[in-house]
Amino acid sequence: MHYTLCDCILDIFQNSVEADSSRIVLDLLQSESTLIFKLVDNGKGMDEETLKRVQDPFFTDGIKHKNRKVGLGIPFLKQTTDMTEGTFLLKSKLGEGTWLDVTFNLKHWDTPPIGDVVSLIISAMTFDGDYELIVNRENETEKNSYSVARSELLDVLGDLSQATNMILLKEFIESQEIDN
Amino acid sequence: MAKMTLAQLKALREEKKKDIDRRDNNGKDITIVIGMGTCGIAAGGKDAMATFIDEIREHELTNVTIKQTGCMGLCHSEPTVDIKVPGMPDTIYGHVDPGVAREIVLKHIIGKSMVSKYVLERPALDIMKEQK
Repeated sequence: MHYTLCDCILDIFQNSVEADSSRIVLDLLQSESTLIFKLVDNGKGMDEETLKRVQDPFFTDGIKHKNRKVGLGIPFLKQTTDMTEGTFLLKSKLGEGTWLDVTFNLKHWDTPPIGDVVSLIISAMTFDGDYELIVNRENETEKNSYSVARSELLDVLGDLSQATNMILLKEFIESQEIDN
Repeated sequence: MAKMTLAQLKALREEKKKDIDRRDNNGKDITIVIGMGTCGIAAGGKDAMATFIDEIREHELTNVTIKQTGCMGLCHSEPTVDIKVPGMPDTIYGHVDPGVAREIVLKHIIGKSMVSKYVLERPALDIMKEQK
């Protein structure tokens, strides 16, 4: 199991990038009692059979790693919501994309801590690949909300894998998170 | 303090770019590749990445690229980090927690000397793509 909810989210998010999505929308909506995490991509999607099997930790498509027998990203997420009275809804259509809607129950004793949202967004924005990512963040407790698009960051900063640009990106996201 | 706007971010970027252009990097670029598969994330890959970013800022290094990759087949030694520094052998480090990440920046990247205790051999054979 992952140590924080942000780790769970990053793990799943990476699947969208690897599924050749050109557009990904990530919602992180936080209240005192829940963290709602929604992910919509237009990647390659899955057929019904695959969709069922990805929830099994002993299933992997074998494409990424030829000799592997496990695929733990989605099972880790589902395990976390199952054991903490959250909700987990995954839909997908082959050739069209995938849709994920998860509610983490922050009031449950066994729910992991949220973790580092700034690092999560930096990681999500800086994977290799030509994809648009829109992050919609709302924090009801802090009365804070903002949206940020990867294309705008690329316009302003240029190459996001340059550490000097990552430093600026971190300052930018931190300022969005802290201020309201 | 108000949220930073994209225009302010752009101004900051222009300012930093002037600083960077003034320094002489001799075109010698350093690359840090961080394993960010399920195993890497579970072992703290995100913490390692955050530490690298902070240390690069601290030491004002301007010629570093940070990339994230999936599992390199060394799940037992995550977080794993591949470091490419001109004039040094490409090196994969394992068990890179924030402390080790700081040591790598200081000794390997700046000091040009390996942090032997954490060096791993290479990605597992079943994962390696054919090297040309």
